Amino acid sequence: MSENPNRPLAALQTLVRSQFFWGIVAILVLLLLNVIRDPGYLGVRVNPNTGNLSGNVIDILRAAAPILMIAVGMVLVIATSGIDLSVGSVMAVSGAVSMELLRALNGPNSVGVTIVTVLAALAVSTLLGLLNGVLVAYVGLQPFITTLVMMLAGRGLAKVITNGQNTTGKSESFSWIANGTVVGLPVIFLLAVIVVVLVALIVRRTALGLMIESIGINPQASRLAGIRPNGLLLTVYGASGLLAGIAGIFVTANTMTVDVTRTGNQMELDAILAVVIGGTSLAGGKFAIGGAAVGALLIATLDKTVVFLGVPASATPAFKATVIVVLCLLQSQRVRALFRRRRAQIQAQPDSVTAVSTEAEGVVR
Amino acid sequence: MTASAFTSPPVVEVKNVSITFPGVKALDTVSFRLFQGEVHTLMGENGAGKSTLIKALTGVYKIDSGAIIVAGQERNFSGTAAAQEAGISTVYQEVNLCTNLTIGENVMLGHEVRGPFGINWRRTHAAAKVALDKLGLGHLDPRAPLNSISLAMQQLVAISRAMVTKSKVLILDEPTSSLDAQEVENLFRVMRRLRDEGVAILFVSHFLDQVYAISDRLTVLRNGQLVGEYMTRDLDRSELIAKMIGKDLDALKSLGSNRAAYHRPPEAAPLLTVRGLSRKGSIDSTDLDLHHGEVVGFAGLLGSGRTELARLLYGADRADVGDLTLDGKPLHLTSASAGLANRIAFSTENRRDEGIIGDLTVRENMILAVQAKRGWFRPLSRKEQDAIVSKYMAELNVRPADPERPIRTLSGGNQQKVLLGRWLATDPKLLILDEPTRGIDVGAKAEIQERVAQLAGEGVSVVFISSELEEVVRLSERIFVLKDHRLIATIDNGADVTADTIVGIIAAEEHAA
Repeated sequence: MSENPNRPLAALQTLVRSQFFWGIVAILVLLLLNVIRDPGYLGVRVNPNTGNLSGNVIDILRAAAPILMIAVGMVLVIATSGIDLSVGSVMAVSGAVSMELLRALNGPNSVGVTIVTVLAALAVSTLLGLLNGVLVAYVGLQPFITTLVMMLAGRGLAKVITNGQNTTGKSESFSWIANGTVVGLPVIFLLAVIVVVLVALIVRRTALGLMIESIGINPQASRLAGIRPNGLLLTVYGASGLLAGIAGIFVTANTMTVDVTRTGNQMELDAILAVVIGGTSLAGGKFAIGGAAVGALLIATLDKTVVFLGVPASATPAFKATVIVVLCLLQSQRVRALFRRRRAQIQAQPDSVTAVSTEAEGVVR
Repeated sequence: MTASAFTSPPVVEVKNVSITFPGVKALDTVSFRLFQGEVHTLMGENGAGKSTLIKALTGVYKIDSGAIIVAGQERNFSGTAAAQEAGISTVYQEVNLCTNLTIGENVMLGHEVRGPFGINWRRTHAAAKVALDKLGLGHLDPRAPLNSISLAMQQLVAISRAMVTKSKVLILDEPTSSLDAQEVENLFRVMRRLRDEGVAILFVSHFLDQVYAISDRLTVLRNGQLVGEYMTRDLDRSELIAKMIGKDLDALKSLGSNRAAYHRPPEAAPLLTVRGLSRKGSIDSTDLDLHHGEVVGFAGLLGSGRTELARLLYGADRADVGDLTLDGKPLHLTSASAGLANRIAFSTENRRDEGIIGDLTVRENMILAVQAKRGWFRPLSRKEQDAIVSKYMAELNVRPADPERPIRTLSGGNQQKVLLGRWLATDPKLLILDEPTRGIDVGAKAEIQERVAQLAGEGVSVVFISSELEEVVRLSERIFVLKDHRLIATIDNGADVTADTIVGIIAAEEHAA
């Protein structure tokens, strides 16, 4: 534990208590494991011709981009005490629309084609998200059921769009989204960071975040305070669809192929895990976009580490589960209280009672 | 210490207990004794430490120093279950039962009678019947669903549930705050019966009349410290109040007899006219006028339709039919936000479920309605927020004066003040206050009442709802009496109007019907 009880630094304590602290620790531990295996793991090489950076860390950032997108959408939905199980399927739809359009418009060197394609894919994804929103907000269906249905329907829709084929598209500029670099860094990661910051600004610089939290904590009281929850829910599910659409573009642009059965498959679970690791309760209410971003980075690191350490493919899910369970235990208030009590006993001196802060303070807000 | 009539050792003894929260000493070396076969009332303002003491007794909070001795043994409860095992049961203000289970299932929950094939429901319900009988509730059918009986009856069911565990100590935390006079009498009958059987009852209530009617002894707390332990008969009311608030009775003058006399509204058109407003199951067709700058009281028993009518006037519920005119313009209240947009504000009686947003801070709770009115894309700047918050925190004397604290950590009275601030910040023309003074201490009550009178002086039309008829009579210029979902009378307040007048009207109707 990095906390030094003899010199209590207020800043460090806030960091340690913040919900996603252990997420950061876990990322560092995983990187350390990799370094033990190969001391050169963290090395970043500069390609002398192009100035591009390459290395394992860059790969992790690349892999994190789509998870970042859906995790940020998911954190907003979960804050309203809902859930969006359809993000993985929406990714597939977005990918399918992109690849079919690229093939149909057939302009491998045209930037215009790429722009049209991206806009169309995002529009379809947003529409699916809004449909979720309408069903949840206006029809009053349960979010779990609504988005479960959309998860199945979306996968089906993707297959219909491509006639069940794994369509391949050709476009320089579309591929650049996932494979290009700007000042040496991957475009895909830079885009992801921009989107996350943009969402965080929109949510926290307007009253959107406050109202989302409010309806997530106490919908009845929020309604009586004059908040209209329907519009908010529609916005949030729409945003989740849009962000899943971006993630779908990221994933398909990487290989320029949509695999209708595997693109985005089970990605909703990664997103939910990222949100939980980031310290947002599944019960809704207070949320941390920064935390969800840390969670997404951790999942990407974990995925890469599993491969790098050569964990057998059959044991990968178990390895992943173990890491996440340990992390959730470290974050649980009860386990923390247990640690604190043990420590107090060892010190055998009455430590002043510290309040268990249930809010993730110091989060982007 | 004047209590010396109790010779046997106390069932519960709290010795010099302290509990510290960050920044607050919630209990400061407090001692307290509870004897077998007495009703002992814990008195104090909001934040005096009553709830903290109860939570220490029931194992919710850990004590920092001191000792809790139960039946001669020093105990350190790890939680409510441990406290229950030691014979201490608690019934809280908000009934903690499962409304979708039957009465019998609720009574026996966790103590079901088991046979060779799992739970024997027939015998379980029979045992529930016995437990209910003991409290004189034999008329209740243990197989009926809990939500088929009134809230007051549910409270009594909660008590019989507590007694199933053969508790020696029963803690009743503000059990009467939502009961009417008859229901309170029922509760007191049950309490006396238990006391005579030797149960020690710890009672918390803000209603002085009730305290004097039921308790044998009193312990007064103030700011986390013990003021003293008294025999109820040795301490008169004004002395008690002075001990609770720690100052002379001057502060209570405003609670005195400066009753609002009715002055006929000027010829100006009414602020709100209501014609034929009704909603099935809540209120029958109602006509009424509300004028600028007057306080109108809605009086009636629980369930009379007073809350239901108030909700329709705000838009919290939608009316089936009815024409509303606000300042001469037709008004359509389709939702709460429509009420808010028309400068109507409604403070709910159900603070916990419909009022506060528990995890949000005091600041966020206070600005919420103003922000909702503006829409999310036009956020209040931090400066505007701070201006609103500091204004109302000072005006309403919210304690602790820390706007960044989650509101759920505040005492009930202070939560109420924050909510009042939330509505005042929207600059309402019509302010509807449903039980704004329920479950809060004398000082805060006086502050809220003063504020209501002041608002009317500023031209705001205030609807004031309270189950304390004296309070309604004291504050209101006109009183609308409701009964059985109907508006049955409108009284112009005056020197000859008292709480008894209203009770008379409600009772008279009873005979006619």
